[in-house]
Amino acid sequence: MSQQSAFSSPGFDFSNSVRNNFLQEKGMPLPKATSTGTTIVGCLFKDGIILGADTRATEGEIIADKNCEKIHYITESIRCCGAGTAADTEFTTATISSNMELHSLSTGRKPRVVTVMTMLKQYLFQYQGHIGAALVLGGVDSTGPHLFTIHPHGSTDKLPYVTMGSGSLAAMAVFESSWKPNMERSDALALVSAAVSAGIFNDLGSGSNVDACIITATQTEMLRNFVKPNERVEKERHYTFRRGTTAWKSENIRDLIVNEDITLVGATGDAMDTS
Amino acid sequence: MIMPDMDSLAHPQERRFNPYTENGGTILAIAGADFSVIAGDTRQSEGYSIQTRYAPKVFRLTDRAVLAVNGFAADGNMFVKKVKQRLEWYHHAHAKDMPLRAIARLIQTMLYARRFFPYYVYNILGGIEEDGTGAVYSFDPVGSYEREACRAAGAAQSLVQPFLDNQIYFKNQEAAQGTSHPSHLPLETVLSIVIDSFTSATERHIEVGDGLEIFIALSKGRTLQGMESIRGLQELTVTEDGERLFVMRRDLKKD
Repeated sequence: MSQQSAFSSPGFDFSNSVRNNFLQEKGMPLPKATSTGTTIVGCLFKDGIILGADTRATEGEIIADKNCEKIHYITESIRCCGAGTAADTEFTTATISSNMELHSLSTGRKPRVVTVMTMLKQYLFQYQGHIGAALVLGGVDSTGPHLFTIHPHGSTDKLPYVTMGSGSLAAMAVFESSWKPNMERSDALALVSAAVSAGIFNDLGSGSNVDACIITATQTEMLRNFVKPNERVEKERHYTFRRGTTAWKSENIRDLIVNEDITLVGATGDAMDTS
Repeated sequence: MIMPDMDSLAHPQERRFNPYTENGGTILAIAGADFSVIAGDTRQSEGYSIQTRYAPKVFRLTDRAVLAVNGFAADGNMFVKKVKQRLEWYHHAHAKDMPLRAIARLIQTMLYARRFFPYYVYNILGGIEEDGTGAVYSFDPVGSYEREACRAAGAAQSLVQPFLDNQIYFKNQEAAQGTSHPSHLPLETVLSIVIDSFTSATERHIEVGDGLEIFIALSKGRTLQGMESIRGLQELTVTEDGERLFVMRRDLKKD
């Protein structure tokens, strides 16, 4: 028998995932990442694209952030909603945004949505789904309005209305019942809001407020907290604590002013020799 | 090089039916000197889906006993049904309602009877003791129980119990010079703490919300003091001249 090669076989190396599966079996689970168990949507209308998102971020069953931003900036007229692992969606969109800025500086043209879509899918495919970013990409460029979904493994769809995240079924139900081609701006905004709201109220992974972003050929309008249907009610009691509530074992008061006694050494009155 | 998923195919595999599920929600009970408050939210969920926004988790057993159940909803409902049946048999045999401490012991026996196929349920029993004091009994799924002044259980137990320890037992709080912490709080304060517990748990836990049901058991002869300002209070008392039982309902956030 020949000796085992000292070189690793070509292609992907899964030796670390074998180790991680082993550790997991031994009762050492992987650290839980903040996930945006989310409702994100996008929809085409007469003048462009409207993106929508809820604002809840979760760590398992605990709500980590009640008002986070899931509509990320790519360029002035291209935006991207992120669902999945929060760090992955933020880092991926920031990286691509940075590359698009350099790309447009280098080409002297405004970036196209397909360029962003291609860069995102190639980046995600490279990591074989280990970057947990599920994205809704939308924008308007010289070739018109475009709307895509990008899955963590790198596959993409181009559709007139899309949803992603744990609330995608609830939101898609609204789109499927009411979406029409060439909708007016106000109707489309109401539809996006209704779709995200369906996610907020029917999916436990989604909640709090509705964010929306309207992108047309002439301008981009970010409507942060467009609807706030889940404000906290006033508490019944005030929870302030009397001074002295916390027990203490010893008291040590330290003077922050340093006093120094200075003793002059040698001749006292001699002037410095400046000759 | 073996792909990680191929690894598992090398061995024989066993698939099993899991008879249990977790349905979320939270329950809580606080005992006063001459009253007891038992509360629970009304959301029933599985995974990320809401099954119903109104599924009661708190049940009247007698005029002086209320049982809150949390965990696997199907087991909870079945368990309450069986406890109620046993209490009805007791009533037919003895022509009186079973005392609270006896109900607590009955629940222990019923839970332990299923030691090796347990009711997947955390029980909190609240009510009025024969000596007229407010009481709370809390149980684990196989029948270990204890009488306490307050207890939270369920999805948001880890959020609510530390709050109760601080506000009811005054843990980590020094009393002012020459005073001591009260051992029992007035009803009005307790109700405020219960409502704040649930609105706060709703803020930070995805499985808590939709509605809140608060049962109030009053000792024999106690006035309605502290309940004057409650909206939509409903009385559930059946017998006269004994303990009285009330329920109040509140909305919680639905997201």
